[in-house]
Amino acid sequence: MIAHSIFFYTFSIIAIVSAIMVTASKNTVHSVFFLILDFISISCLFIMIGAEFLGMIMLIVYVGAVAVLFLFVVMMLNVAQQKNQWFSSEESSKHIPVGLIISTLIFVELIIVVGGWKYKPDLFDINNSIEINKVSNTHSLGQVLYTDYIHIFQISGMILLVAMIGAIVLTFRKRVGVKTQSYIKQISRERTDGVSVLNVESNKGVKIDD
Amino acid sequence: MTEIGLGHYLTLGAIIFSIGIIGIFLNRKNIIVILMSIELILLAVNINLVSFSIFLGDLTGQVFTLFILTVAAAEAAIGLAIIVVYYRNSGTIRVEHIDKLKG
Repeated sequence: MIAHSIFFYTFSIIAIVSAIMVTASKNTVHSVFFLILDFISISCLFIMIGAEFLGMIMLIVYVGAVAVLFLFVVMMLNVAQQKNQWFSSEESSKHIPVGLIISTLIFVELIIVVGGWKYKPDLFDINNSIEINKVSNTHSLGQVLYTDYIHIFQISGMILLVAMIGAIVLTFRKRVGVKTQSYIKQISRERTDGVSVLNVESNKGVKIDD
Repeated sequence: MTEIGLGHYLTLGAIIFSIGIIGIFLNRKNIIVILMSIELILLAVNINLVSFSIFLGDLTGQVFTLFILTVAAAEAAIGLAIIVVYYRNSGTIRVEHIDKLKG
């Protein structure tokens, strides 16, 4: 139990500090790196409490795809140094008290909710005995996901498809002045457009380009 | 103190959620960091769902975490595509310059 709590505090402190650094660091590339560190430590927490499939999926999806996408966009747009620190600039100083007040209120509300869970311990005893280590987490998740939630699963696939098409359509642009291959012209070309067979008489030859 | 329960995980989720809110409010320079703060908020929600799912012995929370992951990936892709198009059109993504709608 001691080791469990030591690991929990280590990973959660790393996660909180890197989340602060995501919002506070001056360089956007550093923000993306701290975001990756945050995702990794949270997925370590997930693996630690027994949701190992979700931990691995978090690593694959967030670190492997989303964070790399962020990194690509940040490096492509050349905005890494544009972000001055928001502590010192004058026009943003009026947003600081509002943001701090609202986020502090939200945090206090969430802590009150957590305290309510702590002081009503009879709510905890629903049952913890549905599956006790008979099958692995991945196995049981697959059993639920492909039977009870199959329609939602398919709809989430459709969401990904729509997002892919939307991203392609948004960033697509037609360039002018670039020589490209026209496939439809190539395919639809007939033999008679290109060559013509002539009947050549002997000792006379053929006149080309007349 | 040494017994790590549900409250610890919920507190961690609350802290990360609040940091994400602070990041949305206080960052006025770069809109990509706002998207990253939204990712932090979704991460906090995922922490809450997974810890409830583990401590209550119900797998539905983990299934919904999977769907939230899907939607977060789609949202990041669309948001970054919109940012790329905006940068191509106007040459800046500073938050205080994005005021075309006069909102």
